[in-house]
Amino acid sequence: MSAKEVKTGIHFINGDEACCEGALAAGCRFFAGYPITPATEVAESMSRRLPEIGGIYIQMEDEIASMAAILGASWGGVKSMTSTSGPGFSLMMENIGLGICTETPCVVCNVQRAGPSTGLPTLVAQGDMMQARWGSHGHYEIIALCPSSPQEMFDFTVRAFNLSEYYRLPVIILADETIGHMTERVVIPPEEEIEIVNRRKPAVSREEYLPYEADADGIAPMANCGDGYRIHVTGLTHDERGYPAMDAKAQEKMVTRLVDKIRNNRDKIITTKNLFLDDAEVVVVSYGISARSSMQAVQDARREGIKAGLIKLDTVWPFPEDLMRGVAAQSKAMIMAEINGGQMVLELERAACGACPVRLVSNYGGAILHPALILGSISKAAKGKL
Amino acid sequence: MTDKRERHILITGFGGQGIVMAGDILGRAATLYDHKHATMTQNYGPEARGGACSSQVIISSEEILFPCVEEPEILVCMSQEAYTKNVKSLRPEGTLIWDTDLVRTRKSDMSFKTFHIPATRFAEQLGTKMMANIVMLGFLSAVEPLVHADALKKAVLESVPPATRDNNLRAFTNGREYGQSIIKGTVEQEQAKLQD
Repeated sequence: MSAKEVKTGIHFINGDEACCEGALAAGCRFFAGYPITPATEVAESMSRRLPEIGGIYIQMEDEIASMAAILGASWGGVKSMTSTSGPGFSLMMENIGLGICTETPCVVCNVQRAGPSTGLPTLVAQGDMMQARWGSHGHYEIIALCPSSPQEMFDFTVRAFNLSEYYRLPVIILADETIGHMTERVVIPPEEEIEIVNRRKPAVSREEYLPYEADADGIAPMANCGDGYRIHVTGLTHDERGYPAMDAKAQEKMVTRLVDKIRNNRDKIITTKNLFLDDAEVVVVSYGISARSSMQAVQDARREGIKAGLIKLDTVWPFPEDLMRGVAAQSKAMIMAEINGGQMVLELERAACGACPVRLVSNYGGAILHPALILGSISKAAKGKL
Repeated sequence: MTDKRERHILITGFGGQGIVMAGDILGRAATLYDHKHATMTQNYGPEARGGACSSQVIISSEEILFPCVEEPEILVCMSQEAYTKNVKSLRPEGTLIWDTDLVRTRKSDMSFKTFHIPATRFAEQLGTKMMANIVMLGFLSAVEPLVHADALKKAVLESVPPATRDNNLRAFTNGREYGQSIIKGTVEQEQAKLQD
């Protein structure tokens, strides 16, 4: 029996395994990584599954090399990914920037554990939210998705590949230890029902092709190494030919495009799941495992007669600031629930811009947020006590 | 706060006993064969094996949001350390289940529903103590039917290496029959080993 590329059916698997299956379903055929708790099961699954279906798995010497390898594989024309956790994510930062600058499609799954440093290897946190946004040097835009279940680990990994292929950048899956290690029902649809996006290929002749000349929407068609087109790939600021261009004008032009291709398409990239927003007075905003605790708290609040609502961030970057601004204008208060000292709450405060009070419910990691803690904050906010 | 339809089970022991696998099999049976919702989460330390370890299983007819088992209604203990650490969390009306040879309980535990089985000894009699977790699942299926026994059996067979299926099935059946005979009263439970 030949191994299946898409394991259509109903499974009881953990989030890390679901991430692997999502990647394979999206067409990923190259994984380079270094095992680390709590992301090891992504690599482990990949090491078993990729060789079965003609893909390549490489265990690298470290995470710096892992990130470099998947960039190279992507330029070779193969959809590629790596997975890691905090300490490895830190090491990947430089080459994530290289991926941004060279517009290389690939996916990085960070199953977050508590830091700083080695921290709590086996325990949950959501402390890398700002690192995902700003961890590599220079100014850029990023896309990051936050799954709240093993099912979403599958679904969002497929979407991460599609976004990376379309917008040509490393897309980050910001999972957390609980979601990575939680085992739950995962439904993998038939192959033909899974939407797959592949990178745009050059529409001009080899003579006319410029590797960084963008179409009207800001996306440059990508020729892979070996396709016969002339390409030049560098982390230096470059012109349309891909050649280094060492001045402010070239910098302005290049970074504007890198930033605008994401900013101008925010509405297409951002997705949220909204619950009871129509009449909500107190709105909880959350993501990942914390969104499940929040949903429980919001349902409990409703049972107590409090008009509570929830915005679950599927995409944390770009941040849905327009939605937040609108909701803040109609709310008594907003609450960010997250497992860190307060990271996405800063974005929420910025977006709310004083239109309503913004409160944080959090811990520094090691345990998931208890719904009762969030419920307490909702109750106080509903009574106007903040 | 917790939905009454949710069943909360905590399986505990040390790394290497197949504690997480037991939780996985239980959740798998509920999800794939009984068509319910189930979550399985695990707690373990940085050690490769030997450290305290637990798997938390919630089974429900509805979607489960908060996946932590804080006050289990069923607590399975496969080591003394796990018993000492977790017995306080068991609900007053809860069920305490343990490995007769590995755990010394206290007289006060008699306020719970209690069942015990020498699961590791039974497994050793079949050739390897590695199957103690499967013996325990068989026992659990008889004394606390959370999922259909057939569903659990299917999940066991699907989860163990193919070459060990027959032996694991025997382990499951031995545990289940021992549990059934205790429920029926045809076999007396062995004397529990007490601390006090």
